[in-house]
Amino acid sequence: RAAREALPSGRTCGECARCSSSPERSNKVDVVVLLKQVPDTETLIQIADDNASIKTEDVKWVINPYDEFAVEEALRIKEKHGGKVTILTMGPERAVESIRTALAMGADEGVLIDDPATQGSDALGTAKVLAAALKEIGYDLIIAGQRAVDVDGYQVPAAVAELLGIAQVSVVIKEEITDGKIRCERTIEGGIVVVEADLPALFTTQRGINDPRYASLPGIMKAKKKPFVQKTLADLGVDPSEVGEANAKCRIRSLSFPPERSPGRIIEGETAEAKAAELVRLLTEEAKVI
Amino acid sequence: MPQGVLVFAEQVDETFRKIAFEALSEGRRLADTIGQTVTAVVLGSGVEGIAGELGKYGADKILVGDDPALADYTTAVYTNVLFDIVKDNDPSILLFGASSQGKDLSAQLGARLGVGLAMDCNGLKLDGEKLIATRPMYGGKVLAEVTLEGTPQMAAIRPNVMEITEVAKAGDVEKVDVNTGVIRARVVEKKLETASKVDLTEADVVVSGGRGMGGSDYSLLEELAEILGGTVGASRAAVDEGWRSHSDQVGQTGKVVSPNLYIACGISGAIQHLAGMGASKYIVAINKDPEAPIFKKADYGIVEDLFEAIPAIIAELKKVKG
Ligand SMILES: Cc1cc2nc3c(=O)[nH]c(=O)nc-3n(C[C@H](O)[C@H](O)[C@H](O)COP(=O)(O)OP(=O)(O)OC[C@H]3O[C@@H](n4cnc5c(N)ncnc54)[C@H](O)[C@@H]3O)c2cc1C
Ligand SMILES: Nc1ncnc2c1ncn2[C@@H]1O[C@H](COP(=O)(O)O)[C@@H](O)[C@H]1O
Repeated sequence: RAAREALPSGRTCGECARCSSSPERSNKVDVVVLLKQVPDTETLIQIADDNASIKTEDVKWVINPYDEFAVEEALRIKEKHGGKVTILTMGPERAVESIRTALAMGADEGVLIDDPATQGSDALGTAKVLAAALKEIGYDLIIAGQRAVDVDGYQVPAAVAELLGIAQVSVVIKEEITDGKIRCERTIEGGIVVVEADLPALFTTQRGINDPRYASLPGIMKAKKKPFVQKTLADLGVDPSEVGEANAKCRIRSLSFPPERSPGRIIEGETAEAKAAELVRLLTEEAKVI
Repeated sequence: MPQGVLVFAEQVDETFRKIAFEALSEGRRLADTIGQTVTAVVLGSGVEGIAGELGKYGADKILVGDDPALADYTTAVYTNVLFDIVKDNDPSILLFGASSQGKDLSAQLGARLGVGLAMDCNGLKLDGEKLIATRPMYGGKVLAEVTLEGTPQMAAIRPNVMEITEVAKAGDVEKVDVNTGVIRARVVEKKLETASKVDLTEADVVVSGGRGMGGSDYSLLEELAEILGGTVGASRAAVDEGWRSHSDQVGQTGKVVSPNLYIACGISGAIQHLAGMGASKYIVAINKDPEAPIFKKADYGIVEDLFEAIPAIIAELKKVKG
């Protein structure tokens, strides 16, 4: 970290694979997208027998919607600035399918970290693995989703940025890259804040940033021939005892379903006025919310 | 030995956010069950004057980092300053509000401290000194009870869920040194709506319109929201139509809201929409289709054309409220 901090505003860190192979600055922007495969939002979620995880049979798996925005934004950056788009996932074998989808959308390369020792990792464990892979891949920019809609964690990207010692900007709906810097419009309560960060940096997506393209048929054909590598923790030099369930700092004790909402009442009445009067009465006297 | 509860109290433009009081009240409740103290932290520029207010909500002590470099929130600077404060104070519990700032800051700080963080919690309790946090996952389809390794045990609470309680405590204000550290990102511009508009995530009443609105004229909903002191939201369909801005979207890819009252107008009740409002205390649905799934989640339903029902509700409210 110290070495990088000493750099002025250059975009090379001298540490990662990309920088050490081409230390001179270029205008191309190499992007790595952190992509997680999650259950489709329509999926019925069932709690597994261990009472701490969900049943994975009968689940339809998709790219996390926020990561789909990340893939699309990476492709647009590539179209504008040149560079390479790499998809990085930590997950089981089935995640290959989601990586292939991203390659079919137009990404260049896919990397899957698939190792049984990563099972049950929390955000910090996941970030350790992703950061180790990122150092190998090299990057000017990392794009992630603001949250994965399975664990709704909102944590992995910040932890990755922390481990890499780079700037992180969350919930971004617009970005622009110029001169080794990225300008991000970040959504906050009541408006937008424009943050300018030095590259390399990481940002997370917010809905509204783009409308992801669909994979085209030629895209799907091409994706089959694109570079795809699968790695283990040993390949990355990550100590298995630092990740996985046993080392999780945030542990799930139990899962339960939220209390069912008691069936509501349809307000009957002859006219809209009569129904309105009854509703206002109920909200005032029964619910006491107005 | 780590001791006490430290609460990050978020302020914007020298005014505390509601979530600051919610987090502080929750911190007080936790501290009282184990007989420990509550320390609040305020960061900003020109905030020393407002810090004392936190005593009202149960802060024994208030640490203030007051520096021009803290005028605007940036992840790196706030994380650096808060990291120093946590190291100096060694709390056993560290609480945030899960606002956009709180989520961003707690995630970065948690990683730096290398400790567990329970994000967006809707319930906290103690088992001895062990924090047990309840948080929704899978868009609220499941609730998880989580525990945390390492100290401090960090949790960020979902806005609008925890009760604000006034318990006057000493509230001694103490200034702390501010070391900003390396700055890799800065705020260059702010585009903020009128401060008077309450954000969806903090509103007590949310009136949302969906595809059934049939167009971008939301004036009926604006009027209803105004009478009820609420904020207007939208379904994704309405946002996709371009009738409302993205920041108004409620749901799995929008905002998660937990108001006292949620009124869904012309919204069918898709699972992804429910993910954003299913935890509202009371839900009212107005839809002309009696089979719309939203009625299964609504406490009160009105089967009616919304353009008939809402003017009638507005008229009734005006009558009742005078
Ligand atoms: C990955 C993913 C993420 C998503 N995220 C979100 C999200 O965050 N938020 C979200 O809302 N959706 C989300 N969706 C979309 C969601 O599936 C639905 O398509 C959407 O919520 C439908 O919006 P709607 O209810 O307004 O429209 P519709 O489903 O078309 O329903 C319109 C309703 O209005 C009623 N209506 C019509 N005219 C009138 C009238 N005059 N008076 C009264 N009632 C009337 C109709 O009976 C109907 O029930 C997501 C989908 C996916 C796949
Ligand atoms: N296993 C993973 N592999 C790749 N990216 C991940 C993984 N887990 C989380 N991410 C990234 O981090 C974002 C936020 O995830 P989370 O913090 O778990 O809500 C996701 O949208 C992804 O971009």
